[in-house]
Amino acid sequence: MAAREDALSAANVLIPGHGGDQINAYQALTGEPGPRPGVLVIHHLPGWDSPTKEITRRFAANGYNAICPNLYAREGLDTDPDDAAAAARGKGGVTDEQFVGDASGAIEALRALPNSNGKVGVIGYCSGGRQSFLTAVSLPVDAAVDCYGAFVTGTIPDGFPLKVVTLVDRTPSLRCPLLGLFGDDDQFPTPEHVAELERALVAAGKTYEFHSYEGAGHAFFATDRPSFRPEAALDGWQRIFSWFGTYLTDSEV
Amino acid sequence: MCSYLTVPVDITGSAKGSDGWFSVTAASVYFDHPFHAPLEHALNIDFVDRDRGPRARVAVELSADSARELVRCIEAALDAAGEAAR
Repeated sequence: MAAREDALSAANVLIPGHGGDQINAYQALTGEPGPRPGVLVIHHLPGWDSPTKEITRRFAANGYNAICPNLYAREGLDTDPDDAAAAARGKGGVTDEQFVGDASGAIEALRALPNSNGKVGVIGYCSGGRQSFLTAVSLPVDAAVDCYGAFVTGTIPDGFPLKVVTLVDRTPSLRCPLLGLFGDDDQFPTPEHVAELERALVAAGKTYEFHSYEGAGHAFFATDRPSFRPEAALDGWQRIFSWFGTYLTDSEV
Repeated sequence: MCSYLTVPVDITGSAKGSDGWFSVTAASVYFDHPFHAPLEHALNIDFVDRDRGPRARVAVELSADSARELVRCIEAALDAAGEAAR
């Protein structure tokens, strides 16, 4: 029998997105038998890039089915991810409404897989961290992870070019336990932004766990950037798999 | 940090991309995470023709020091050209 991390398959697939649009998604499936949980992976502002697909495979290598939808698919299904990201950025990014429609399609695709156990978690990084929170207050998911998502709280600067609003007012609608992983040195979100979200979670009586790493800033998980902080990333990954193991399976996978 | 900030400008000129030369009508300038350069942040410029879609793009990602030096060189070249560049 192949080792768990070797027994995966990955490919691009088409799924229904917002408004019935066909969007592409990167799908990585665990080769393990038996009912398995799913994970929706949300890419960051730079797009549907190789590092995010690597993250998607990491979940499959650890016993999950994972799907990362191309949020910039409307720029062309075969457009290079960096070109699509630049075009989407120039248009102010994607709307929350469109994102939620795409995320819903991905969640349904995960639950429709033949070996699904019916449970789905969501994780996102950077702008995807905010969208992970948005997913968790909008759609039926069972666990969520927000990795340094900005503008969940705080104030949107005047003249800000992206189509974003803060989400903290929707905290009472949070449908699942939330794990938040942050860097003490981050400016978006700052430790105060994180504290504001924590206050809202406490006030709403939600299940959550936050960790903020000393000596780490934004994007400390990004192995291809100078911001990479191995100790924080290693600890963060352990917490992610423990979180999903607790809430997406009967026992840790 | 992600700056998210983008400064757009209409321009006139041409650029050479993966499909050869094309006219460019706009540029987006932003200081944010690069796609390729091994830098935490970069001064990124996309030269595009929006009418031709996302593929009509020439991208550069420069360190902050390189970008400032490039600005100095562009201004120096234009100044040296005198009336021809006005």
